[in-house]
Amino acid sequence: MSRPVELPRWMELGLMPLINLALALAVCSAVLAVVGLPPQQVFTMLLKGAFGSAAGWSYTLFYATTFVFTGLAVAVAFHGGLFNVGGEGQAMIGGLGCALIALSVGEQLATDLAAIVVLPMMVVAAMLGGALWAAVPAVLLAWRGSHLVITTIMFNFVASSLLAGLLVGPLKAPGSMMVETVAFPLSARMPGMHQMLQRFGVDWPRTPLNLTLLIALAAAIAVGLYLTRSRLGYELRTVGFSSDAARYAGIQPDRHRVMSLLIAGALAGLVGINELAGAQHRLLLDFVLGAGFTGIAVSLIGRNHPLGIVLASILFGGLYQGGAELAFELPGFSRDMVTTLQGLIVLFSGAMAMVSAPLLGWILNRVGSRDG
Amino acid sequence: MDDAQWLSLLVSTFRVSAPLVFCALAGLLSERAGVIDLGLEGKMLLSAFAAGAAGAFTGSLTAALGAALLVGFALSMLHGFACVTHRGDQVVLGIALTMTAAGLSVVLAVAWFGQGGQTPPLPNTLRFLPLWFGQNFLVYLALGLVPVIWFFLFRTTIGLRLRATGENPAMVEAAGLSVTLLRYGALAINGLLCGLAGSYLVLAQGANFSPHMTAGRGYMALAAMIFGKWHPVGALGACLLFGFLDAAAIRLQGVSVSLPGLADPLSVVEIPVQAIQALPYLMTVILLAGFVGHARAPAALGIPK
Amino acid sequence: MHQAVSAVQLRSISKRFGAIHANREVTLSVTAGSIHGLVGENGAGKSTLMAILYGLVQADRGTIAIHGKTVAINNSRTAIALGIGMVHQHFLLIDSMSALDNVLLGAEPHWRLQRSRAIVLEQLKVLIQQTGLEVDLMRPVGELTVGARQRLEILKALLRGASVLILDEPTAVLTPSEAEQLFVTLRQLRARGTTILVITHKLKEVMALCDAVTVLRAGQVVFDGPIAQCSLDQLAQAMVGRRVQLQRPDVLRTTRKGSVSLAVRDLSWRDPQGTQRVSGVTFDLYAGEIVGIAGVAGNGQSELLALLSGMLKPQSGQVDFRGTIWNSARWLDPTTARRLGLAHVPEDRHRFGVVLPLPLWESALLGYQRSRRFATAWGWVRRRAARSAAQVMLERYDVRPAQLDLQTSTLSGGNQQKLILAREALAPEHVPEVLLVGQPTRGVDIGAIELIYDRLRAMRDGGTAVLLVSSELDEILALADRVLVMNQGVIVGELANEDCSEAALGRLMAGVSSRTQVGVEAAL
Repeated sequence: MSRPVELPRWMELGLMPLINLALALAVCSAVLAVVGLPPQQVFTMLLKGAFGSAAGWSYTLFYATTFVFTGLAVAVAFHGGLFNVGGEGQAMIGGLGCALIALSVGEQLATDLAAIVVLPMMVVAAMLGGALWAAVPAVLLAWRGSHLVITTIMFNFVASSLLAGLLVGPLKAPGSMMVETVAFPLSARMPGMHQMLQRFGVDWPRTPLNLTLLIALAAAIAVGLYLTRSRLGYELRTVGFSSDAARYAGIQPDRHRVMSLLIAGALAGLVGINELAGAQHRLLLDFVLGAGFTGIAVSLIGRNHPLGIVLASILFGGLYQGGAELAFELPGFSRDMVTTLQGLIVLFSGAMAMVSAPLLGWILNRVGSRDG
Repeated sequence: MDDAQWLSLLVSTFRVSAPLVFCALAGLLSERAGVIDLGLEGKMLLSAFAAGAAGAFTGSLTAALGAALLVGFALSMLHGFACVTHRGDQVVLGIALTMTAAGLSVVLAVAWFGQGGQTPPLPNTLRFLPLWFGQNFLVYLALGLVPVIWFFLFRTTIGLRLRATGENPAMVEAAGLSVTLLRYGALAINGLLCGLAGSYLVLAQGANFSPHMTAGRGYMALAAMIFGKWHPVGALGACLLFGFLDAAAIRLQGVSVSLPGLADPLSVVEIPVQAIQALPYLMTVILLAGFVGHARAPAALGIPK
Repeated sequence: MHQAVSAVQLRSISKRFGAIHANREVTLSVTAGSIHGLVGENGAGKSTLMAILYGLVQADRGTIAIHGKTVAINNSRTAIALGIGMVHQHFLLIDSMSALDNVLLGAEPHWRLQRSRAIVLEQLKVLIQQTGLEVDLMRPVGELTVGARQRLEILKALLRGASVLILDEPTAVLTPSEAEQLFVTLRQLRARGTTILVITHKLKEVMALCDAVTVLRAGQVVFDGPIAQCSLDQLAQAMVGRRVQLQRPDVLRTTRKGSVSLAVRDLSWRDPQGTQRVSGVTFDLYAGEIVGIAGVAGNGQSELLALLSGMLKPQSGQVDFRGTIWNSARWLDPTTARRLGLAHVPEDRHRFGVVLPLPLWESALLGYQRSRRFATAWGWVRRRAARSAAQVMLERYDVRPAQLDLQTSTLSGGNQQKLILAREALAPEHVPEVLLVGQPTRGVDIGAIELIYDRLRAMRDGGTAVLLVSSELDEILALADRVLVMNQGVIVGELANEDCSEAALGRLMAGVSSRTQVGVEAAL
């Protein structure tokens, strides 16, 4: 019933995401109306909460940092033709990895100058943890043809159990009722943005925003370079578009698929640096909190492009921050409104992309023929 | 463990497995027709909310049940619209449905009932109470549906057509049948079954809806379906197994196991409950890796015509 | 006089697909209770005609009469209701279900499956007894032999009351003995009164099996009549046609053979299903010549190209290329092949030759992304070098529109093909030693064809050894210095271009060796 529609490139990259976002917002507004909350007021307050103050911006960017990592994790896999739904689990194990370093090496070198040594080790550990968690489903896919989406979802649950098991057992902070580790030593803490800015004499509110933001931006640039400028990136994209053409060109599709998943896992693992080394300063159970799934929405609406992902991450970061503010100020508003919007975005830009694109094409044709 | 403990374990197993069975059967029908259903979790969740909300508003069991069925049906029709009619990505749709349902259920719950997203507990008159052997009507319905679905799939001609649609839709079209109609039909029943699963959580197992209460059961049901090799009886067996593990997990908490050959203090290890909780998921992965038997999905699964 | 009843009568059937005139005023009549052959090369219009008869496609003009009554066939249900049954070349069966269930689907007499099965089983037993179409109905189709599956497809059609049976290339997937068995069956069906239409390009079989034959060429009927009134040679000539124009500028190209660029010895390949696709192929390819491999598509040519380019690995045989012997122990891969100077223009350009969603300059890189010319040692693409090389390709080969960042999919077929040829000729560091080319002008417009021919000849003159596979005989004759003919995975003959006559080539392509007597063949 639907024929694939050829839309001009600028439309596909620029207009479609906006239209899909608009559709999602429209449905959200309907939900808000049903619930008795005035949509316009809600959106205004949301924007203000997210972008209306330095503190708001900082929280927004803090969340955005996490989403950049999980969004890139989904995008890299998409370019290889794969759907990485395992960002949650990969982030969890990445966090575990960096926590293990923090609590071992970090404890040994506990001064904050030692951070120069400890933090990079934690970054590597986070990336290794995430990559490891992606490796098993990746290898199973390449070797046994196991369905990637299901194995990665299963691994999300296993990661959750693993983390829980470790946190109520061996890793638990002694003498505490909370399910978390002891606080990280000073060497294992990522400097907060307010701290850094203070060194330059700028007074900045104290928020979880930390230097990991720079790592996120670097990661986005690195992924962009990898995809567009490197030979491996070219080969991966070819595999994603046509594994036949890839084989013709002497490329081995399976190798690239596994590689892309390892990179994706490593990227997701970096969430641990932002959330744990940067904000919480200890390992706890719920630090990923659905960021893996937000990454899917971010990647879809960012058209799997690093720049789009950064922008979409800021959008979602703003939604989360604005949503948190709204939850305080507006009775009857729940942060899950943001989750709903997220789901709707995935729905319109992912699953129903085949619906909105032809519709747009049809409208264009009508407009075009009237002008012509 | 003595006999009484075993018995109570058995009773718990069936009680816990029931929603899994409904969902697994739902997933089975959809996938046998060639449509991947990763939205089981979301359909169940939103149906559960519908049951809790409708029950609280109307005070009628029928209304609550009806609401759950309606919501499940509606979500499956959306599934069909996006994936069958418009050939959208089936996997992404499943994830989208689950994400949206998770958010929407809490938003509406908070708005309509406050209480942090929970619906008010329903009185016993609005619930399915234990009948025989500690099981309520819905449990028996779930068990009873297994042979019914089996009969439908393997002993009726419509069942044959449905299975063929998941294997070779081109052939079905060439035989003059409508793949679209068959798939929508499968999804319709899928939606109703998910509605039953959701209503079970709120009208039988518990007494109200709370946020994210499905806790991954939809995915477990999917895993059970794969473990059961897309066969109703196999899926039932897998669901019972998962249910048993779930019920046993709580009982095994604190139980120690001795590992011979290891020096103290490692020789006696407490089984962490998380290990048992993770077991169904690990088992599914092992199955998908082809190490335990051969899981052969319907040949045309996920390929939109 | 015996009044022959017409089971199927097509009058002035015409069908266009855009610019392609698939069927032109096709008129033919099939006598009831006869076996009628429909013959022609690929693209002659046979499949379209049968699709029209079976309701899958609607004719633009013309009428169809079944058993004397004019009818409109709008879909396959109508066709089935009229008693027309079709056995496709690629069977529509479900491997995991039993043969019985496969027959059952869509024509179940009862809502309860077991009841339906029992009813249909009885009906089938009767049919099997009457026709001799033995099939183990209870086994899953996946376990049946190809011959059995075909019998099953025929049973499916007969069960639905087919009085006219269309078979599309029925022996393409059968072994010789299975084919014989099929013929026995078909004769038995004919005795029952079934009308049978066989689409084929195998003239030997037509002569042995059919009562009458219609030959299509370029959408038109060029011969129509009883078998008794024609000879194999006549059919071959009719099929191949006299449209062959020897547009060879340097006709008197004496075999100025250079050295051997590629020596192929005894190459064989079996597909994963176990069918032998390439069988003991042996030939030499000399520098500075174009060797054409003629033959109807599906006789191993595609597989041969895939083997030589490194995309497939042979089970036995070897190739001597660039001073190294390559065999099943150590075979070429596409990257190594390219590095050693073997270029490849694939037959299916959409799937293998370009990456449609990528921009032109990236498609121009395909296959060469590892060369020093386009990638640094650290793994970065030399963007500028790649883009300027792509620009040169677009200009030298007149690819339009010549915009590097345009999506490859926006290019017409002819332009895509020019791009691919340009890439294979220009991207390597040195001029290729060997160039494999498959169907270079399929779906390509006239202007592009001229340019492609010109460039291929230029490459040959420059010393490249060109191996050309094409199902267009005109093309082979216009370009090749030597012509090899492949049939059933074997090279059945070699002719120098000057010696190629329509008759000789046609017979080789149709599976008749020029040395065998027609009489012996007819006796089968």
